Amino acid sequence: MLAAINLLLLLFLVVCAIVVARTKDLLSATIIFSAYSMVMSIIWQQLHSPDVAITEAAIGAGATSLLFLAAISRTGRHEE
Amino acid sequence: MHDMILEMLGRVLIPATQLFGAYILFHGHLSPGGGFSGGTIIGASFIFYSLVYRFSAKKHRLRHETSLWFEIGGALIYVGAGLVGILFGRHFLTNQGVFPIGEPGRIWSSGMILLVTLGIGAKVAGTVFKLFQELLEGGAEQDGHH
Repeated sequence: MLAAINLLLLLFLVVCAIVVARTKDLLSATIIFSAYSMVMSIIWQQLHSPDVAITEAAIGAGATSLLFLAAISRTGRHEE
Repeated sequence: MHDMILEMLGRVLIPATQLFGAYILFHGHLSPGGGFSGGTIIGASFIFYSLVYRFSAKKHRLRHETSLWFEIGGALIYVGAGLVGILFGRHFLTNQGVFPIGEPGRIWSSGMILLVTLGIGAKVAGTVFKLFQELLEGGAEQDGHH
């Protein structure tokens, strides 16, 4: 059961990574990247490293997304 | 511009985020987490605060000097805690024998680790918030738009 959930999480991770690279709308890409970081944080927890999980959730899903949003608000939303 | 949804969400989420960050900071030596993750969470709550109250009132805006003083204070706490060891004739950042070691498992249990963690937390929170401020508001007087 737990292995199936882990496999599902890893599959979601791969799909998220591919979609982030292929999305032209940068705001959507930022939100998908935030979801990627959240799932990555759960996977760190599954790998028995809660310290890294907390840091990943704080940096990846929190601070990096906000910095990307600030960068988008200063430039443009769509990739050319 | 005044956004009611943002403000109501912020009224609930900002204190909760800061409480969680403070918990991670103060339990850095007992449970997972520490200066870096706790400081980032507190810095993210500052970013959220400045996003929510940015457009509503002028007096709510956090100034650039505030984050600078956070950074300077955090670095000074870290270096000061390290220099105490040298003052007692030991190495830099000596913990055992210089600082009082409390009971294991309590908050006051590992000498200066708590002090150093708080310093790192202040430094990281200031840096994260400063990054956001510089990215959103820095250089606005040069290019003119937004």
